[in-house]
Amino acid sequence: MNKIIRLLPLVLFVSLAVVLYRGLFLDPQAMPSALIGKKMPAFQLPQLGDETKVVTEKDLQGNIILLNVWGTWCVYCKYEHPYLLDIAKSKRVAVYGLDYKDVRKDAKEWLAKYEDPYIFSIFDELGKLGIELGVTAAPETFIIDHNGIIRMKHVGPIDDNVWQQKFLPLIEILESEQKGSLL
Amino acid sequence: MIIKSLRNNLRIALLVLFSFAVFSLLTVNHVAASPVDTYQFSDEVTKKRYQALVKELRCPKCQNQNLADSNSPIAADLRREVYELLQQGKADIEIVDFMVKRYGEFVLYRPKVSSLTYVLWFGPATLLFIGVLVVVFILRRKPEVKQTQTLSQAQQDKLNSILNGELNLNADKTPDENTKGTNTNTNTNTNTNTNKKNK
Repeated sequence: MNKIIRLLPLVLFVSLAVVLYRGLFLDPQAMPSALIGKKMPAFQLPQLGDETKVVTEKDLQGNIILLNVWGTWCVYCKYEHPYLLDIAKSKRVAVYGLDYKDVRKDAKEWLAKYEDPYIFSIFDELGKLGIELGVTAAPETFIIDHNGIIRMKHVGPIDDNVWQQKFLPLIEILESEQKGSLL
Repeated sequence: MIIKSLRNNLRIALLVLFSFAVFSLLTVNHVAASPVDTYQFSDEVTKKRYQALVKELRCPKCQNQNLADSNSPIAADLRREVYELLQQGKADIEIVDFMVKRYGEFVLYRPKVSSLTYVLWFGPATLLFIGVLVVVFILRRKPEVKQTQTLSQAQQDKLNSILNGELNLNADKTPDENTKGTNTNTNTNTNTNTNKKNK
């Protein structure tokens, strides 16, 4: 009994040390999105290309929707841009853009210069839809299924690695779900 | 001995802890370099509510700042959102729910009590309680008294003779007072004994 009590501080210290040591390797920026499994929020915003055209959540059409939050002020958006072009060309998902807190003229020039992967971009000057989606910065990417339910949120740029490891498995699941619902 | 030094150490440790606590209370809460917004409020109460809300809501991007302190664009947007929701007449709880729905429990500096946050809410109190228990246990444990060795008869006699020898010295000087001064039985007995020996 006495031995156990004597060992107790050591045990406590070691377990605390293990917990804190593990904490060193956790990503504090990684937090679960509150929107997974919820419906895409309703919105009413102009298109980037044509300011007279107002789009809503119903205009996002496709079996699997990829909504990419971007802005010309965002450095990593430039990095992920070529990957988005590839993804859009593969036609496996419908790629839409959310131009987040941007200047319309700059954004249009940006897309003209680097090519436009988006079916259209929603122009969210004040970041209103961004708040609805729980966006904290760009780039962020959402995957929405054919029922309009948000299934995944990725914070940070997309590249081949991220696409293969994080996106493709979910896309395969969604594709098989859709086949199932068709049968 | 060990118990005594333990007690002393404990006292010192508690004193140091206490002074740290006082020091941190004095210094914390005096860091205020928050960005300036120019929101106009129709009444003082709404203004106070706004200030309380932006202090209690955490900036989702800059994780160790609240909305009031942060300069990041998302914090500015969320402050604007809080302001607008207040203007719409929303209650505090509705505004907090609005934020939690979009950014998760993470935005609350005072998280709700749920099975996920039990450790956060009750951990410190439990640890304090255990600490108090340990301190009380240590302080209340009676120091072990070692059984004093009893003197053998010969030792006792020797002790008595030494004590009475002194008394007798006094007795030689003032014999009258000596007899008066002896109050207890044992003393008188031993006195007579030694007196006999002296003779």
